[in-house]
Amino acid sequence: MDLAFFLIQLLNGLQYGLLLFLVASGLTLVFGIMGIINLVHGSFYMLGAYLAWSLAGLTGSLAAAIAVGIPLTVLFGMALEWLLIRRLYERDHLFQVLLTYGLILVFEEMRSILWGDDVHGLPVPALLNVSIPLTETLSYPVYRLFISGVCLLLAFGLYLLIQKTRLGMMIRAGASNRDMVQSLGINIKLIYTLVFAIGVALAAFAGMINAPLSSVFPNMGGQVLIICFVVVVIGGIGSVKGAMAASLMIGLADTFGQVLVPEVAGMIVYLLMAVVLVWRPAGLFGKA
Amino acid sequence: MSEPILRTHELTKRFGGLVAVDKVSLELHVGEVHAVIGPNGAGKSTLTNLLSGDLPPTSGTVQFENRDIAGLPSDRISRLGVGRSYQKTNIFLPFTVFENCRLAAQSRAPRAWRVWRGAGVFGDTNRQAEAAMEAAGLAHRRERVAATLSHGEQRQLEIAMCLATQPRLLLLDEPLAGMGPHESHRMVDLIRKLSEGHAIMLIEHDMDAVFAVAHKLTVMVNGEVIESGTPETVRASPAVQLAYLGGEDNLHG
Amino acid sequence: MTPARTRLFALLACALLLALFPLFGGTFYVQLIAKVMILAIFAMSLDLLIGYTGLVSFGHAAYFGLAGYALALLGPKYEAASLWWSLPAAMAVCALFALVTGLLVLRTKGIFFIMVTLAFAQMLYFVFHDTKLGGGSDGIYIYNKPELKIGDFALANLDKIEHFYYFVLILMLAVYLLLRRVLGSTFGRALVGIKVNEHRMQALGFPVFRYKLASYVLAGALGGLSGYLAAVQFGFVNPEILSWHKSGQVMMMVILGGMGTLYGPVLGAFAFVLLQETFSNQAWFGSLAKHWQLAMGGFVVLVALYLPRGLAGLIERKAQPAVEEEEKPKEKP
Repeated sequence: MDLAFFLIQLLNGLQYGLLLFLVASGLTLVFGIMGIINLVHGSFYMLGAYLAWSLAGLTGSLAAAIAVGIPLTVLFGMALEWLLIRRLYERDHLFQVLLTYGLILVFEEMRSILWGDDVHGLPVPALLNVSIPLTETLSYPVYRLFISGVCLLLAFGLYLLIQKTRLGMMIRAGASNRDMVQSLGINIKLIYTLVFAIGVALAAFAGMINAPLSSVFPNMGGQVLIICFVVVVIGGIGSVKGAMAASLMIGLADTFGQVLVPEVAGMIVYLLMAVVLVWRPAGLFGKA
Repeated sequence: MSEPILRTHELTKRFGGLVAVDKVSLELHVGEVHAVIGPNGAGKSTLTNLLSGDLPPTSGTVQFENRDIAGLPSDRISRLGVGRSYQKTNIFLPFTVFENCRLAAQSRAPRAWRVWRGAGVFGDTNRQAEAAMEAAGLAHRRERVAATLSHGEQRQLEIAMCLATQPRLLLLDEPLAGMGPHESHRMVDLIRKLSEGHAIMLIEHDMDAVFAVAHKLTVMVNGEVIESGTPETVRASPAVQLAYLGGEDNLHG
Repeated sequence: MTPARTRLFALLACALLLALFPLFGGTFYVQLIAKVMILAIFAMSLDLLIGYTGLVSFGHAAYFGLAGYALALLGPKYEAASLWWSLPAAMAVCALFALVTGLLVLRTKGIFFIMVTLAFAQMLYFVFHDTKLGGGSDGIYIYNKPELKIGDFALANLDKIEHFYYFVLILMLAVYLLLRRVLGSTFGRALVGIKVNEHRMQALGFPVFRYKLASYVLAGALGGLSGYLAAVQFGFVNPEILSWHKSGQVMMMVILGGMGTLYGPVLGAFAFVLLQETFSNQAWFGSLAKHWQLAMGGFVVLVALYLPRGLAGLIERKAQPAVEEEEKPKEKP
């Protein structure tokens, strides 16, 4: 493997990892703050991708699709939390799994009814559809760099939101002591709705910007969901920092695995998880 | 004096920067009720957790019957002969009183791993469970579901389960918490009766009860032992007076 | 009649009904009911974990699939394997997988446990999906059904659907009785104690981890039994039998039927397949029939919200009042 090839794989791995972070951070926040195991999170990623595809078809631009799509998904997330997820807070994890599993089936079939079962491609926005030449034969697409950059920006924004804002403070307090927050007169229900909606928006956004690279296809949500579970297990439940570390680890391990040992690439992330479990059963950044 | 059944030496537990239990050394003897008192947050429950194996100590030793048990998991310590009750009632709510005790006794059965024979046929286990219910004064509640018992009876069940494991040392964490005077009285009688064959470490806020049953007292403040001795010496101790008068609690309250 | 006798009579009646069914049911339905009974074994094995040990495993399909692959890979390619060794071997492979993964997953609790069990099942999925070991995503055909012979005398010919049906029926009843027995033993009581209050069980002196591991391995082996039977019935295995949707479906059966009751999961398997057949009935649902998962998903949501104790809960509601309904005695002054 020469240097340019290595560099390409490194950048791909980072890009994949950062994208995973967008999806997994919402998942881990919902786990950590609301105590909910939310299987339907992957469907939001799928929803984002399909919205991007159909809205870009209507408006002719991915940017416009995102601008219209994100508010839609936020509203959708809030409605879902308000209608169904809210009823799960005091329930056993088993019923959370069951209900959100049922929702996966519903959303997957809705997708099939609304958008069909074909695979669809989406063009890379023209402005970003260029490549940086690395050697005479190898080059790197700018759009991937753009995705990495946007993900980093969003991660930084999430960090500021959680560490520096009043909402973030309430979110952190809600994670550590629900009753205390309630007794301070903070509307914890509203916080939960917001956190859930933020998670939905992040996952949907990831699906949108990645749609030109991954294309849009049935069951795309399930794949992402399970990988994000692995991210959360490795990083530790509720830890956004852990989600970042684990996402990058998995992004790199998977990307290099595909290149170096394609036969067993699918298993590598799970083996990684097994190793972490032996070493730290609560995850890298989890509380034991 | 007889050999102590349990002896700690400079037992310490830190949580991050907080020292919850600070170099505590104490001895427990069979036939003695050893009360550990102190204001809230003094580290009494943490001390109990260290002795029962619910928490591993940061440093120091715990000798039980001349065997170092510090850091062993709680099930090992229990099987060696240390029983504990919990401050917050910790029983099997959906089960009957008898099943709660039977399960406790089952942990001592040499063939608890039998997967084939019905659980009801083990005579020794059943007898131990019956005896524990009798001793804790719950025999008349045998078939009641634990969730439907009164608070005081649940506390009694807590002790009965402890007894069903046939311990030689009992760690009782606030057995009187939330009890009315009548129930408290019964519990004090029970503790006194149990002290004959057991070593008992009693953590309790009810000072009347403590002074009624304790042979020895240890006073903890901020994780440290500030006084230890007979009830008379502790009552007379200036350090204890100061700690209690300065705090919210009162030695007689 | 005592509850125990009611249960015995109900059990006998159901067994009799199932035993008589092939006499008047058509081949299609005999096949279908055999499939349901296999799923019932699968669901009972998961109930041991969810309903009796308090372990919410979301990766139970691993055992279903692994046993099928074990039969396909361990057996001779062009002749029939003997059931006498291939069935125990398939179950042993599953037990071993449960033992190894159990040592890891049982170190975790709650949400973590759910995710980790799912992840390990998924790992197995990729083992068979990505490598050539099990024929990749196409899977492997099992051309000959295993033989059930003593010497040269064939006890049953599993190629005949009636024979297979009765074989499965006997195994389902055997698994039911086995689990009944195990759960009534001291071991079983300890498992339920762990489900109710694991911390206290440990404090009482039970080596909780070992109990959970034993339960996990037993559930894995019995899950393997069902997977083996399914592979025999359908004659091929592919990675889809390991997919996480399979784990979701079996969890659905357990809860729909009523977890922690043993007969509940059996009811759940029947109800699940009945619903599946109903929702995918073209005559009733027209073009929506191929989207039967939509209705199924909605139904799952409703069960999770309004029927936490499942069908068994409906049956037993009159038989025994719930604990909460009993009057709580007042505290003495």
